[in-house]
Amino acid sequence: MATTQQCEMLLTVNGEAHSVIARPADTLLFVLRNKLRLTGAKPGCLNGDCGACTVLIDGGPIKSCMMLAIETVGKTITTIEGLKHSPIQQAFVEHFAFQCGYCTPGFIMNAHALTEKYPDASDDVIQEWLESNICRCTSYREIEQAVKSVLLKKHRND
Amino acid sequence: MIGKSVIRKEAWDKVTGAAKYTNDYVTPGTLHARLVTSPYAHANIQAIDIEKALSVPGVRAIVTGEGLPLTGEDLLDRPPIAFEKVRYHGEVVAVVVADTLVQAEKAANLVRITYEPLPVVGSPREALKEGAPLIHEQLGSYQKGRGIYPEPNTNIAHRTKIRKGNMEKGWAESDVVVEASFSFSPSDHAAMETRCATAEILPDGYIIIYASSQSPFMIKKLISSYFGEDVGKVIVHTPLVGGAYGGKTPVQLELLAYLASKAVGGRKVSVWNTREDDIITSPVHIGLEATVKLGCTNDGYLKAAEILYLFDGGAYSDKAIDVSRAGAVDCTGPYHIENVWCDSLCVYTNHPYACPFRGFGHGELSFAIERTMDLLAEKLQMDRLELRMKNAICPGHTTPTQVLLNNSNVGNLPKCIERLRELIHWDDWQRIEIDARTVRAKGVSCIWKTSTVDTDASSGAILTFNPNGSINLISGVVEIGTGTKTILAQILAEKMKMDIKDIHVKMEVDTQTTPEHWKTVASRGTFMAGRAVLKAADDAIRQLKEIASIVLRASVEDLEVGYGKVFLRDDPAIYVNIKDIAYGYKYPNGNAIGGQIIGRGNYILRHLTYLDKETGAGKPGPEWTVGAQAVEIEFDKRDYTYKIIRAVSVIDIGKVLNEKAAIGQVMGAMSMGLSWASRETFLFDRYERVLNPQLRTYRLLRFGEHPEYIVEFVETPQIDAPYGARGAGEHGLIGMPSALANALSVAAEVPLNELPLVPELIWRKKKGEHHGSI
Ligand code: FES
Ligand code: FES
Repeated sequence: MATTQQCEMLLTVNGEAHSVIARPADTLLFVLRNKLRLTGAKPGCLNGDCGACTVLIDGGPIKSCMMLAIETVGKTITTIEGLKHSPIQQAFVEHFAFQCGYCTPGFIMNAHALTEKYPDASDDVIQEWLESNICRCTSYREIEQAVKSVLLKKHRND
Repeated sequence: MIGKSVIRKEAWDKVTGAAKYTNDYVTPGTLHARLVTSPYAHANIQAIDIEKALSVPGVRAIVTGEGLPLTGEDLLDRPPIAFEKVRYHGEVVAVVVADTLVQAEKAANLVRITYEPLPVVGSPREALKEGAPLIHEQLGSYQKGRGIYPEPNTNIAHRTKIRKGNMEKGWAESDVVVEASFSFSPSDHAAMETRCATAEILPDGYIIIYASSQSPFMIKKLISSYFGEDVGKVIVHTPLVGGAYGGKTPVQLELLAYLASKAVGGRKVSVWNTREDDIITSPVHIGLEATVKLGCTNDGYLKAAEILYLFDGGAYSDKAIDVSRAGAVDCTGPYHIENVWCDSLCVYTNHPYACPFRGFGHGELSFAIERTMDLLAEKLQMDRLELRMKNAICPGHTTPTQVLLNNSNVGNLPKCIERLRELIHWDDWQRIEIDARTVRAKGVSCIWKTSTVDTDASSGAILTFNPNGSINLISGVVEIGTGTKTILAQILAEKMKMDIKDIHVKMEVDTQTTPEHWKTVASRGTFMAGRAVLKAADDAIRQLKEIASIVLRASVEDLEVGYGKVFLRDDPAIYVNIKDIAYGYKYPNGNAIGGQIIGRGNYILRHLTYLDKETGAGKPGPEWTVGAQAVEIEFDKRDYTYKIIRAVSVIDIGKVLNEKAAIGQVMGAMSMGLSWASRETFLFDRYERVLNPQLRTYRLLRFGEHPEYIVEFVETPQIDAPYGARGAGEHGLIGMPSALANALSVAAEVPLNELPLVPELIWRKKKGEHHGSI
């Protein structure tokens, strides 16, 4: 059956090229976790509803459970493991913006892209971006404060 | 150190993707299981045909329910895999094991099961009706624990009775009486990490389990007792857990993983819930139907309460019996009432089975009680907060189970109410019309909760020293997101007078090397594990002083420990560094004394008793945490939508150990309570099938829908607890549904006694039920 046939694909993840053997039907989330052992992106629903699996494709947030790995050939993939010392990570720590931490990689990737793309994002824009992720532990206020603190710093530096 | 907002120890792991959860450990070569679940809520299983499924390439085994022991914690009523009959939509009927998840899924779709549908029971009241279908025909023959009273040939799994005072007298003294009924269906915990377990049976019989669980030690005990395995050979690992809220206390997938591994010669098998399975197949948040009757004097003093709680335990009792008992224990809410009659039942229905949910029955009972308090205030034409203040439970009063309260075992509720009144500007206004279509209103509620844990629940801690004098802290508390392990490190740092960065916390629980902590539930982590850590620290201090007294040639009594040293109390300049004695002390000539310092400590709750079968009298938990809460909403009279503007909590936490962490716990719990109350429920069809087992249709509160939160603490120490701290991981949730319902009832000018409070419900109540549904 065609869907079970494996094929080789070349993926660029966190600045490194990886040759992966996977099925064309495999999602990016599956390949990241099971083939590349990058388990930072989390499965929460496999249905596009929770955002726990969010990674960046060419700098934009994508739910990796909703994209086939093969579609990302030739694109740049960034996962939470590729994010080092970013202001948003620091802000999440300082503002207690997580508890169990399961939603955190997805939230951080999304929020990171947001703060990079829209350093002067309004409340509406922030909501539009972040309502695609679910956090069941925090009250979202902590996350809001973390994101806004990064935006504010960016503003001051401009 | 105490009170400081110390950043959680695993914080950087969690923001870099390094934090590992159970499903992140699945290694190459692991087999994968897929569950075959029942499409019916109640049916006889006539045949299971696995032939076609077995022929799918990669399939290694298919496990069905024949010949398995019954399981359960209080009442053994549940086959781990359904046998002969299914009792809820989503119940596991077979487990398919294959090389890959894709193969397992394909084969699962080919398992052919023939069912004979049976009439269904869709609510506790239906279950109690004469002639209702029996869900457990064998109820009378099930094995049960002490204090569990199933009623054979009915759908009643357990009944707790509270009989306090004299009801006749209570009603005679009452000038004003109100009575009302309340209901809501089961819902879900919806932790972002779906449940997961792996099992492997080694050739020498050791059973290695990884589980996303709040009860690793219980898994070990239960696998041993159900399947006759040597308890010492069952080793359970629990890494970080991605949210639990009570939903990861039951032992379910672990049993399936064990059975699956057994079926494939001990190979490692992973059982991982899809979101859909996690929502309906695994245990859920309990539903309730309640009737509350309160009587009071003309000036508002409560005299009598008659309460009926019918908890929707679903198809199996699991811990629902315990939840229904907790509902009885605190049945009146935090009010002083001398005459109380309560029956709290755990009732079987054909719904997914229930287990603990944050608040353990208290958010549920509070909805019924606090709504009734508002109805009573209305009838009395009395200020709603004033009525609560008049009846607030205080030291000197007794609880429904007749425990006498004092300053330590109950906090200061009047103080919480007073502070709440100021914070929400209660006296300024309680309902205002902003314009022709917009109304703002406030609702309040008071909360209390004790923890009905096992009377012999215990916790242990071990401290091992490193050569540089730093300490490894090992406790059986599972890090489910509450930050408890960091708080334990704070407690230890304070005690040892050392830098918290020199305390290394072992996050993972491994039941072979980690001392037991009963279960990570009931906001009990800090209290019990904290006591164990303090005792372990005392033990380490004693050992350090013993060696130091030889080295310093001083008596043990003259020594102090702190700041990395053991020193003379009256001359701190004479000291020995802890790093020089932590692994024994070596004299210049090579002689040595002592050895590695290993501190150990444990704690067991004391003086807890079973409840009396006829009156409920007994001491179920160590202390109560009390608080007062409020919600402010803006309601649109035209389309019945509303916005939650503000939510406020004032909680008597005893002592704040980590300020930001405590506020975070309370706000998170408030958020969960508001999410549940405003939108969460299972939608059942008339065959009691769950129509919304996905996060797309089972809607949770999302970013941007959150209100402003205000959290403050009152500090009345519980003198037995570490530094006086009371449990508070759940309490923020308890009063949110009732405060929201109270605010909306005032805004819409119609009593809202059901959950969730969706606009359609308000519209229907306003317009009369005859409009049916939109
Ligand atoms: S797992 Fe991708 S959105 Fe939930
Ligand atoms: S921190 Fe647990 S879900 Fe967000």
